[in-house]
Amino acid sequence: MGPLPSVFGMALATGTGRRPSTLTTLWRSTVGKKAAMAVSGVVMLLYLVFHMLGNLKVFFGPGELNGYAAWLRTVGEPFLRYGWFLWIARCALLAAVVVHGVAAYQLSRRDLRARPQKYLHQRRQASYATRTMRWGGVILALFIVWHILDLTTLTVNPRGEPGHPYQNIVASFSTWYGGGIYCVAMLALGLHVRHGFWSAAQTLGVNNPRRDRTLKICANLLALVLTIGFLSVPVAVMIGVVH
Amino acid sequence: MSNYLDYRLGADLADTRAPAGPIEGRWDQRRFDAKLVNPANRRGRTVIVVGTGLAGGAAGATLAEQGYHVVQFCFQDSPRRAHSIAAQGGINAAKNYRNDGDSVRRLFYDTVKGGDFRSRESNVHRLAQISVEIIDQCVAQGVPFAREYGGLLDTRSFGGVQVSRTFYARGQTGQQLLLGAYQALSRQIAAGSVQMHARTEMLDLVVIDGRARGIVARDLVTGRISTHLADAVVLATGGYGNVFYLSTNAKNSNTTAIWRAHRRGAYFANPCFTQIHPTCIPRSGDHQSKLTLMSESLRNDGRIWVPSAPGDTRPPAEIPEAERDYYLERTYPAFGNLVPRDIASRAAKTVCDEGRGVGPGGQGVYLDFADAIQRLGRAAVEAKYGNLFEMYQRITAEDPYRVPMRIYPAIHYTMGGLWVDYDLQTTLPGLFAIGEANFSDHGANRLGASALMQGLADGYFVLPATLNDYLARLPTAPVPADHPEIARVEGEVTDRLARLLAVDGDRTPDSFHRELGELLWDHCGMARSDAGLRKALARIPELRAEFWQRIRVPGTGEELNQSLEKANRLVDHLELAELMCLDALHRTESCGGHFRTESRTPDGEAARRDEEFSYAAAWEFTGPGSAPVLHREQLVFDHVHPTQRSYA
Amino acid sequence: MNLTLRIWRQTGPDAPGALTRYQVSGISPEMSFLEMLDTLNEELILTGEQPIAFDHDCREGICGACGMVINGQAHGPERTTTCQLHMRHFRDGDTIDVEPWRAAAFPVVKDLVVDRSAFDRIIGSGGYITAPTGSAPEAHATPVPKEAADLAFEHAECIGCGACVAACPNGSAMLFTAAKVVHLNALPQGAPERATRTRSMVATMDAEGFGGCTNTGECATACPKGIPLSGISLLNRDFLRRA
Repeated sequence: MGPLPSVFGMALATGTGRRPSTLTTLWRSTVGKKAAMAVSGVVMLLYLVFHMLGNLKVFFGPGELNGYAAWLRTVGEPFLRYGWFLWIARCALLAAVVVHGVAAYQLSRRDLRARPQKYLHQRRQASYATRTMRWGGVILALFIVWHILDLTTLTVNPRGEPGHPYQNIVASFSTWYGGGIYCVAMLALGLHVRHGFWSAAQTLGVNNPRRDRTLKICANLLALVLTIGFLSVPVAVMIGVVH
Repeated sequence: MSNYLDYRLGADLADTRAPAGPIEGRWDQRRFDAKLVNPANRRGRTVIVVGTGLAGGAAGATLAEQGYHVVQFCFQDSPRRAHSIAAQGGINAAKNYRNDGDSVRRLFYDTVKGGDFRSRESNVHRLAQISVEIIDQCVAQGVPFAREYGGLLDTRSFGGVQVSRTFYARGQTGQQLLLGAYQALSRQIAAGSVQMHARTEMLDLVVIDGRARGIVARDLVTGRISTHLADAVVLATGGYGNVFYLSTNAKNSNTTAIWRAHRRGAYFANPCFTQIHPTCIPRSGDHQSKLTLMSESLRNDGRIWVPSAPGDTRPPAEIPEAERDYYLERTYPAFGNLVPRDIASRAAKTVCDEGRGVGPGGQGVYLDFADAIQRLGRAAVEAKYGNLFEMYQRITAEDPYRVPMRIYPAIHYTMGGLWVDYDLQTTLPGLFAIGEANFSDHGANRLGASALMQGLADGYFVLPATLNDYLARLPTAPVPADHPEIARVEGEVTDRLARLLAVDGDRTPDSFHRELGELLWDHCGMARSDAGLRKALARIPELRAEFWQRIRVPGTGEELNQSLEKANRLVDHLELAELMCLDALHRTESCGGHFRTESRTPDGEAARRDEEFSYAAAWEFTGPGSAPVLHREQLVFDHVHPTQRSYA
Repeated sequence: MNLTLRIWRQTGPDAPGALTRYQVSGISPEMSFLEMLDTLNEELILTGEQPIAFDHDCREGICGACGMVINGQAHGPERTTTCQLHMRHFRDGDTIDVEPWRAAAFPVVKDLVVDRSAFDRIIGSGGYITAPTGSAPEAHATPVPKEAADLAFEHAECIGCGACVAACPNGSAMLFTAAKVVHLNALPQGAPERATRTRSMVATMDAEGFGGCTNTGECATACPKGIPLSGISLLNRDFLRRA
């Protein structure tokens, strides 16, 4: 290198040099990885809204819920074959869960490494929802496994009758552990969504000082509606409104 | 050591670099006359820059952009922290955006007059010319100056100047300008063009065959002493206000670099020209470690007063109007509270000496906003001065909206420094001094918002042009690493540190520094007298001797040792203090920041004596404690006719 | 005032450290926190102990050199720099814990002194506008809308003290990086390098070992200059748009 080019060497390296693809850049950076978490989180959140609304059909009796469950398998016919829609949705969800989980795991490891030594004088920081994102996420991941074994594969369901989700739900929530696990998980979900929704907006760069309040209110409302909506089912089963 | 006072008069000194001819064309002519270094050869030329403030940061970045290999030093942990960052008010430039009659010529005139006719016309004119380029440069770098709604730059008038030529970024102009220079420098560091040594302090200068060829520096973390060689050395190490211990300078600002250079042959000019700022927060007790300045814009609306009767300790609200003395308004009815810095400062000292000062120790006067709040409303006052009031309240826990502020003058800036010619080269070839470290542009008094202008002018524009000329003419032979001079200077540095560590006495560095500061403040501060200066000159050598017997520096030299840093800087302050007092003693006139009680007009104001003292006093070092040699640079005023200032 | 101080002492980067207890008396409420430490240091020197090392310089809250975690809070209980914190905010008899900034990217040098040079490298990787001296157009050639100028200024106030990193449970430097990215990206002069600047600074930030942002907001709460959390959102947006 001559004397002059070296002065601009850095600019060349960062400016026009060969650089990895956009996706690689994103995934490799903390900001991009957080964005992946935000996007996958929003996907799951959308799913949860529909899932919660579907669940409420339990209050209209077994016919309504079981019919709805059967319909989900026929969505898209005749373009899609029977059950395909459900599998596509499951694949998308699985992808979202994997991206969310892997990114969370990698980022958490990085974050813990970045702060190896704690302060001896500990002070309560941030909100409860913010502080419990990691463990809340772990609880939710474990719950998803339980939830699938309980109500999808029916492996651990006390009744386990395929094609009869209403009866299986009632059976599961009628046990103390079935209802208990579900309730704890839904509370964790509420907290997770409360910080997660606002955090996603911040991470995706759609937050600004004017929107901040609105976004926080939305996050709280969404968390509240989801939590109440999901909790209503096991509570109804436990107090005998649904049986 | 009393023979220190018997200084000798050496040959007169003259600047030979400024071309003759019309003053407007001199800088152009100088740049044209300057030899250039072939761009391909610049990489092979190394320049050392010490300091990363406005001047140093700007110089390092610019020299690297030109292709030189720059090796730069700062004692802070990052080049972003130099004390230029604390400048609040603004930066002057003769842009005439307001169409209010400003021009290069007017800025030149104001600066020469403001400096009380003790600066060099060629230099000041160049400064005024370059001022406009500085604003362009800083805007291009992204410095967020205040703007009008139309998107154009806002300006304000500052320090009693009649035109609105001060560009500003809220109360943080220095910070924003410094960060601009720091960012430009960071770009060059990342590109490998500047080799940056942070937490590394210059402790001596290496002079080989009569030229500055390097420095000896200490890594403040490991304590390692090393020599860095170069083709030229640039000192951008700021002023020496900290010799007073209490000043508005940063705690670690010091004189070591320029004093060591002085000891190696560079002349030190006008050391007694120190500026005192009238609106600082008074000290709250003996623990005080530094003083905080508040923008002098406060004097636009605040009224300064003290109780009429000495010893009146009533709270201000209980003192009736009739028993208050608005002494500036009374003595200077035309200018009132807006008299120049030096006059406002001296008046405050006078009333405090009369026993009428307020606050702890009686070292303060009131700056009262009650009238302004009544006249303009609290909201308007808050909009104008809110951040300053907040700062005051944070430090004093007093609410200036309800209780008058207390202010007192403090050492703020030093106009003196290493003597430099038009090229900013010291009397030692290859050694350049820029920014506050040199003596060049402000004469005996600096105008508000001119320090930033000078630092950046020197760093961005002047030095890069003149240094070229020096390097182009310099033989390129490198200094062999085993040159005996290197080992000799390194040895001296190491010995001095070892001596400091070995005394193991019973006094801390700060205790000596406080004592030195008080001595200087009393006798070489706002008002200086023959008797007082002689007293200080008698005491300083004693204090120095005591220092070497009683200093205690714990720890070793091979680690981060802040006591050692302090003590080592103090050694140089203790020597500089003596030269300051001698310079003040020899200059039996009053001018600018230098007020000799013997030299007054019949109505008690400062009286300049042009027939005897129209010169810059450049002192040559002859040995520690031994009488220096005075070289005078006669000042010629072809364009601005010296007049006596009058504010009555 | 009489106080008990528990101060982190560590002789070097690799040496073990611990909180050491000191009693100080005769502390005036008018003192700044650093002047209180000065007082203690004067005593330590005379008793033959090594004084406590801490970074400081301007002592008027602008240089960003000082910084320590006081009772678990970066810069202590007031929203200002340590040098501008006064002892009147403590009470006679208090015990005060003083620890250095904790972050993997800020290794301890000695006692309360840490190495923050990673910040300089982040700036060096793009925190500038390439405008070599002499190349500047007339200052009024490009008007800057006042809102852009104000946004730039609000973020340009960062003093690089590192309190954001110290306060962040992940040791993340997002607020610091965002402050400079937003400052420069908001201005028309900074527009040409917007993409490279944002990418490069985020990459350097990650490479220096800072953690990722989990939007806890601790950084903005600790910032003595009030750099807003929304700056991080703006950084995210610029990064995602230009990755």
